[in-house]
Amino acid sequence: MLVLQTLVLGPAHGHTIAHAIERGSEDVLQIEHGSLYPALHRLENRGWIASFWGTSENNRKAKYYRLTPVGRKQLLAQTTRWEQLVRAIGRILKPAVE
Amino acid sequence: MSWRRVLRRASWDRERLEEIDSYLAIETDENIARGMSDSEARASARRKLGNSTLIREEIYRMNTIAIVETLGRDVRHVLRMLRHNPTFAVVALLTLAIGIGGNTAVFSVVNSVLLKPLPYPKAEELVAVAHTAPGFSGLSSIYGDLRLSASMFVTYSEHNRAFQALGVWSTATMSVTGLAEPEQIRAVLVSDGILRALDVPPIMGRWLSQADHTPGSPATVMLSYGYWQRRFGADRSVVGRKITVDSRLREIVGVMPQAFRVVNTDSDLFVPLSFERSRLILPGFSYQSIARLKPGVTIAKAEADIARLVPVWMNSWPMLGGIDPRVYERARIAPAIRPLKKEVVGNAADILWVLMGTIGIVMVIAAANVANLMLVRTEARQQELAVRAALGAGWGRLVRELLLESLVLGVIGGALGLGLAHAGLRFLVAAGPGRLPRLNEIALDGWALGFTVAVSLLSGLMCGLIPAFKYAGPSISMALRSAGRALSHSRDRHRARNVLVVAQVALALVLLVSAGLMIRTFQALAKVDAGFTEANQLQVMRISIPGLLVREPERVARMQNEIVDKVAAIPGVSSVAFTSGMPMEGFATNWDAITVEGKTCTEAEIPPMRVFKSISPRLFQTAGTRLIAGRDFNWTDLYGRRPVVMISENLARELWSSPSAAIGRRIATCLPKAPLREVIGVVQDVHDNGVHEPSPAIVYWPSFGESSYIPGEVDVARTVTFAIRSHLAGSDGFLQQLNQAVWSVNASLPVASVRTMQDVYDQSQSRTSFTLVMLGIAGTVALVLGVIGLYGVISYVVSQRRREIGIRLALGAQHGELERMFVRYGLSLAGIGVAIGLAAAAGLTRLMSSLLFGISPLDPLTYVAVPVVLVAAAVLASYLPARRAALVDPVDALKAE
Repeated sequence: MLVLQTLVLGPAHGHTIAHAIERGSEDVLQIEHGSLYPALHRLENRGWIASFWGTSENNRKAKYYRLTPVGRKQLLAQTTRWEQLVRAIGRILKPAVE
Repeated sequence: MSWRRVLRRASWDRERLEEIDSYLAIETDENIARGMSDSEARASARRKLGNSTLIREEIYRMNTIAIVETLGRDVRHVLRMLRHNPTFAVVALLTLAIGIGGNTAVFSVVNSVLLKPLPYPKAEELVAVAHTAPGFSGLSSIYGDLRLSASMFVTYSEHNRAFQALGVWSTATMSVTGLAEPEQIRAVLVSDGILRALDVPPIMGRWLSQADHTPGSPATVMLSYGYWQRRFGADRSVVGRKITVDSRLREIVGVMPQAFRVVNTDSDLFVPLSFERSRLILPGFSYQSIARLKPGVTIAKAEADIARLVPVWMNSWPMLGGIDPRVYERARIAPAIRPLKKEVVGNAADILWVLMGTIGIVMVIAAANVANLMLVRTEARQQELAVRAALGAGWGRLVRELLLESLVLGVIGGALGLGLAHAGLRFLVAAGPGRLPRLNEIALDGWALGFTVAVSLLSGLMCGLIPAFKYAGPSISMALRSAGRALSHSRDRHRARNVLVVAQVALALVLLVSAGLMIRTFQALAKVDAGFTEANQLQVMRISIPGLLVREPERVARMQNEIVDKVAAIPGVSSVAFTSGMPMEGFATNWDAITVEGKTCTEAEIPPMRVFKSISPRLFQTAGTRLIAGRDFNWTDLYGRRPVVMISENLARELWSSPSAAIGRRIATCLPKAPLREVIGVVQDVHDNGVHEPSPAIVYWPSFGESSYIPGEVDVARTVTFAIRSHLAGSDGFLQQLNQAVWSVNASLPVASVRTMQDVYDQSQSRTSFTLVMLGIAGTVALVLGVIGLYGVISYVVSQRRREIGIRLALGAQHGELERMFVRYGLSLAGIGVAIGLAAAAGLTRLMSSLLFGISPLDPLTYVAVPVVLVAAAVLASYLPARRAALVDPVDALKAE
């Protein structure tokens, strides 16, 4: 989901995505960047993202990923579900406030 | 998970590798930009990425199917193991390939001949109609059952309620002239109803119509596919053309498809039969019949229907020459309707099932041998297996591996076997018994392939299960201990192998006994005096002189006489004669009843049927048939139309108790005014229907003379077999000369069925010799495999007991004593196998009694000789390893561990 979210802004390659997630989460989610690749592969197999070979900002060959329409729909659905879940957990954890 | 992804994963992996490289490059660049040194930047980038191999593996696994993956790995492992053990692999694979190949080949034959339906639409509705006539003594010895007469066909086809269509047919040789050289062809004569019953549409033109079967209508004919191809070059405009068949012009109305045959008969032409009602009489039971049952009508119902029609038939038609038609009531004629398939397959079923059983036994022996080999291998790996089990390899996993190994062997063996089967099938078809029905339909089809796969897997499973359960079983921890040197080997460990060897010996014995019985049958047959001598120097050929070519009987006789003279003039020919049919030739014979002077046929019972032959002078001298009493015919007898006749010895003994007493007596056929003929000669009995059949009583009429039925009329045999005694028989040049000689008499006479009597004899024996060869091969293979199995067990036991042997020798055991110990062991196994095998053989060989001749299925000589051979082989097989045991050096043996 995080990967999909990153790609909403436009196509990106693996390195960019890894750093984007790290930065976006204000370094809370410290992941080995390598573990990103299996995730990307899985998303690609499901048809949520597509890939193409391009050139990176500093002129290196890199594989770019972009969101497919199916992926966009998935992101929307999952985001909605996630938010519902967060709200539900929130209500359970802080019942006294209300 | 899709297969596509499995197949593409290698290229994906490459791509991923590139992607990771690109990540590293970018990260390194950035690190350098942050001010790290080159190597530090790279290391840091790697750290950030994590373990790249792990990543690739994870992605790779994402795209695999677990079972296929492990299976593939295991199969590769097995193949590697087999490559490392080429001797074992080759022996096991060859054994399995021979077994599976043989089985596939024979199964293809059994399937094509016995199991597949006949090549007609809705073939299960087709039946053959015939009768039994228990009161008609003598008849059954010639044909087995009573066929239909033309009048029966008319009655049945008009009044039956059971059939959609019913017809009769018979075969004939006819000559076609005016195309190229005159040619004798095989024709099937079909009545109305045959084509409708068989229901196979022509590929061109039309069927013979009802009108074609009406007397007086224009003459027509249909072609077979083969004849159309051969004589007309598959010309599509052939329909409507006319050809001359037996000197009669017939219009071609259609061509039948390639595979079409009437029952078993290969033919060139289909000629319509037409019956003129006003001239039909009751007898003449010479037609075979085919009918198609109405839907829902069973054979029993159809028989009841025909049983109702037999009296109708008896009251509808006149009898020949005023004999009381009620003789047929005493004959007790009853319908015998059989599925057409049974008629087609005939007694080939016996031989094929024996063959299938035989080859099945060979398969079991082969599988037992491979199982034995696997046991040895597994036993050698026992410690490895035990260690692996101790380290946590699951029981299931070990069993799976062992089973997989044997399954792989089975499958590869099966693939090789398929190749062998293909070759073997050609051999079978080529060497197969001459008249094996449906030979042209035999093929390796889907069923045979399925059978092969099943046999391969089954044999693989069989070979693998025994070692798998024996050594991968839960008690594996035992193995660790017993394989150590502290314990000596328990006898129990050899039980599985012993059982296998005993089974092999027993099965081999069964096959050898069967082969032995066939050899004895062959010997018995060879001892039979067939009634002719030196068959390989006796040339035969068949010539027919149709009535439309030469009308007057006397001119026919003169022409035949002229052929005899011309052929006799060929250098190297010592004697020439002709007859309406040589022994075993298989041409439809005539038969009828005769009576002796002073008796008439209508009294009491109908006398037995006798085979009738029409012969020329010197036939017996040419063929080598001994004259027992009296004299032979001469040409003066023939041209003078003297009332003379010759008979076979058994007939003379039956009527007058001795051959010499028969000379001068007079006999006649069963018509009231039939002329009496004097018996002038008695000849040796001839096995007319093959050496395995009893000699029939034969009456030999002169080929030309006064009719034996109607006084004053003249009769001649128009279709005869010439017999030529010459040491050149069978050579090409000789055949050329024969043709020249015949054509110099009349250029439009076709010469057919040219062969030597040896060919005729061999063909009549082909069933026996084929069975003998097959059983011989199977028996030999079984013997070799059984002996190898025994040898393997003994040598294995010897190698296992080396230490014990060493100790015994060290303690002073004698070499001879040790040898005897192992030979005794081998003999006890063989002995048990022989005992079981003898019992099994006694039961099983009964099934092949129809293939035997002159000996009982319990022939004592065979039952003594075969076990002796087998035990001798067993002694040899156990002596060789036993001698090795005795040569063991005690010091070496004890040091070795």
